[in-house]
Amino acid sequence: MPLLAPFEYEFFRNGFIAAVLVGALCGFIGVYVVLRRMSYIGHGLSHAIFGGAVLSYVVNINFFFGAGLWSLLAAFLIHRISHRRWVGADAAIGVVTTSSFALGVAIVSTYRSFTRNIEAALFGNILGITSRDLWIVASISIVVFVALIVMRRQLLFLTFDPEVASAYGIATGRTDLFFVILLAITVLASTQILGVTLVAAAMVIPPVIGRYLTKRFQTLLFVSPLIGIFCSAVGMYLSFYLDISSAATIVLTAAALFIILESTMLLRRGPSKTSWID
Amino acid sequence: MNPHDHRLGDPQSLHPPGVEERVAPSSSTVPLIELVDVSSAYGSTTALEDLSLKIWPGQFMAIVGPNGGGKTTLLRSILNMVPITQGEILMHGEKLRRVSLERIGYVPQLETIDWNFPITVEEVIAMGFYNNNRWFRGPGAEEKQKLKEVMARLNLSGLGNRHIRELSGGQQQAVFLGRALLGNPKLILLDEPTAGLDIRSRDDVIHFLHEINHSGVAIVITAHDLNWVAAHLAWAVCLNRRLIAEGRPHQVFNAAVLKETYRGEMVVFHHDGMVMIGERPHAPHI
Repeated sequence: MPLLAPFEYEFFRNGFIAAVLVGALCGFIGVYVVLRRMSYIGHGLSHAIFGGAVLSYVVNINFFFGAGLWSLLAAFLIHRISHRRWVGADAAIGVVTTSSFALGVAIVSTYRSFTRNIEAALFGNILGITSRDLWIVASISIVVFVALIVMRRQLLFLTFDPEVASAYGIATGRTDLFFVILLAITVLASTQILGVTLVAAAMVIPPVIGRYLTKRFQTLLFVSPLIGIFCSAVGMYLSFYLDISSAATIVLTAAALFIILESTMLLRRGPSKTSWID
Repeated sequence: MNPHDHRLGDPQSLHPPGVEERVAPSSSTVPLIELVDVSSAYGSTTALEDLSLKIWPGQFMAIVGPNGGGKTTLLRSILNMVPITQGEILMHGEKLRRVSLERIGYVPQLETIDWNFPITVEEVIAMGFYNNNRWFRGPGAEEKQKLKEVMARLNLSGLGNRHIRELSGGQQQAVFLGRALLGNPKLILLDEPTAGLDIRSRDDVIHFLHEINHSGVAIVITAHDLNWVAAHLAWAVCLNRRLIAEGRPHQVFNAAVLKETYRGEMVVFHHDGMVMIGERPHAPHI
């Protein structure tokens, strides 16, 4: 059967499972990222991880370990700096992540021997996912999913009404920090698959599409990961048959879905009609 | 009792049964909340200065004063949302602790709400259960029943699945009031609950607030409309960083107090037992 034909190849099987996992994970955490107007942080953290990835390669340690520690450090710094009253979150992200990215670029220009690996970090290497990588991505996905599900009520309060959440007994600082750490871990798991440059799209586009379909937060938490899974699956097939970078086809599938919904809205002349599921 | 009866202009009828002003509360000799010489500042800007104030169980009071006069800061100080630089805040005579905050509900200014956020009426009200950093246990059957009761009490039954933007101004205020009510508060603080509302919605809001106050919950609101406060509430606090005056509106809303509070001239009329405040025109009428 042609639909299952690509699954005869191990690289496709591994890549497909990893892409679907990352699609679901980014779609889920992306709901909070978009609603908290932190879309730039996904983009920024993935660039910060680039510095960690390059360093890991130079000192010859595991990518997930080295880049993971690096991303946690970046997340912590962003959290600390953005809590200064006179520095906004966007500026904090800009300072930390561009500095880290610049460090990566500096190291790359010094050691010119690993162009191929750097290309993989920048644009993703989904078809180079090994079984070991798959297990790591799966484990990270499960941990982040469980943590987000446990935290979902506090995160909702903090996202919807951050000023008031503390008055209702929610430990806002701790919850914020924990969320940024989960975000850093998600970006870490996604970078190897989607690449530094396209991770943010996987996190932002599914919840934005979901927002067209529902006005309920709980439904959005369910719909957005499904959209992420759909885009990953379709994108992987397109990548296989059209021989295009899979990270690009995944993001382009999501973008196409968004364009279709937006066009339909415009044709209906009813931008206020924003909940098709409810 | 028709809850709208109080609008006939008799301030005495506004009091919850059993509460005889702050001077001699019948049910308690200890204030629910007491601010003792409280000062608060944002950096080098003083927001509150040596403020001492008592809020009694079951009391319904309005804090009035100019923009930047410390009204919101006062509410936030009670909620431990802004640090105080001097003095202390007591609840039932003991230093206010984090756990005490669970018995205080807070309704922010509706202007601070993101009305495009994908959230329904029921989802907002249910946030009232999210205190205590409860991580694993969702609302049980008893709590779900309570949610229904609160929605019915605030005339929100059947609107649970509506998006919050699809409601009237009064209903939107009721949603956030419902969230505060779920925690069984002894005190509810509301920051400008009538700001931006039309007359009908303001009418709905005061109706709900009196109904809640009659059940024994103390209510403190901040307000800009002095006439609305004089018509509906029995106790007013005039604040401009420090306490200028407090008492019954028809007593404290006089030209001298208002001038000191707002740093401007105001015209005060007394008619048929009611007090009305007007602005003095800058230019003569043509």
